[in-house]
Amino acid sequence: MLNNIATLGRWGIDFCQTLGRSGLFLLLALLRRPRFKQSFPLLIKELYSVGVLSTLIIMVSSLFIGMVVALQGHAILEKFGADAELGQLVALSMLRELGPVVTALLFAGRAGSALTAEIGLMKTTEQLDSMEMMGVDPLWKVISPRFWAGFISMPILATLFNAVAILGSYWVGVDWLGGDGGTFWSNMQSAVHFRADVINGLIKSLVFGFAVTWIAIYQGYDSEPTALGIGRATTRTVVYSSLAVLGLDFILTALMLGDW
Amino acid sequence: MWFKRSTEVTVGLFLLAGILAMLMLALRVSGLTEFTHSKGYDLTASFDNIGGLRVNAPVTLAGVKIGSVQSIHLNSESFKADVTMDINPKDNNLPADSSASILTAGLLGSNYIGLTPGFDDSVLKNGGRIEETHSALILENLIGQLLFSLKNDDEKSEEKPNATNS
Repeated sequence: MLNNIATLGRWGIDFCQTLGRSGLFLLLALLRRPRFKQSFPLLIKELYSVGVLSTLIIMVSSLFIGMVVALQGHAILEKFGADAELGQLVALSMLRELGPVVTALLFAGRAGSALTAEIGLMKTTEQLDSMEMMGVDPLWKVISPRFWAGFISMPILATLFNAVAILGSYWVGVDWLGGDGGTFWSNMQSAVHFRADVINGLIKSLVFGFAVTWIAIYQGYDSEPTALGIGRATTRTVVYSSLAVLGLDFILTALMLGDW
Repeated sequence: MWFKRSTEVTVGLFLLAGILAMLMLALRVSGLTEFTHSKGYDLTASFDNIGGLRVNAPVTLAGVKIGSVQSIHLNSESFKADVTMDINPKDNNLPADSSASILTAGLLGSNYIGLTPGFDDSVLKNGGRIEETHSALILENLIGQLLFSLKNDDEKSEEKPNATNS
């Protein structure tokens, strides 16, 4: 009994310590003295490996998700004679929920795990330590560009996801199932509100990008410097960031459906 | 320390694709045509019953959307619903004796406000008030009236043969 309470207490203290350490780490990495001329090429390279290389998986999965939502929506809306509302259904579900959330989950699996493994390997092979020996700040050289690349890529990827999914649903709903293209777009336009749907979805994807990148980079930096440690850290990245994304999504949706 | 040209080009294409997708979402999906929402002028109207009218519902004249519902409040003195409408600034020549009615789009659609222009020479200004209003048609009330009148008809038709017989 006493042991259980002690374990719980230790877990609580460990949790607070991890949160504090990762928070300080984030602050230190982001509040580097900016040296734009040297930082910019580093950022480009990370944007390539974090953003561009994730584009293909995001676009392909969004195409299929858009097509499936159109098929399912058409099958159900047809029962009520409301298959003209298909565009509205697809656009609202993509912009509000599926776009940001699915992009963030895929981003955690594709880019987040890669970030963790890369930084974990740098730590294991003592590259970070040797950088410090040479007087190069690893927080500036390695960590900071990856943070910024994650924050910038995620909203762009979510926007691409939404656009491709809507085009995919147009293809299924109009070209294949024979709906009317004009009503598809006009119903969508009358239902979608730019501020309440598009911008709020963008805010969601920004928050998710922040959370996923933070978790991924911290887990890599904090991993045990062994092969096993890297593997564990990668698993933790995917699990923690998926949970964080789904939890944050609930909170953000509750806020946005409220007064926003 | 610059990287391969192809890396830079693909990153540029990635950013460009993001901007294009955002433009598509803004223009094609949400139908955003005016980037600066020019604030129109306000009109108010009191209704006995607004049915299912909601904030942001369209305000139409002759079927053309000219504004939207801005706020709905209960007037605690008259127990009527005070509806404030935001009308496009270019439609500023509505006659002062125009009337407003709450209509339904289709049989089960959402409610909106339809304006009918009057014949007065003076026009409604910002903060103006539409005096003549028609409440929403509540389906349950209609059915109730229909049943009531059907019952009355039955009673009358039962009385009629008796009257002719006697």
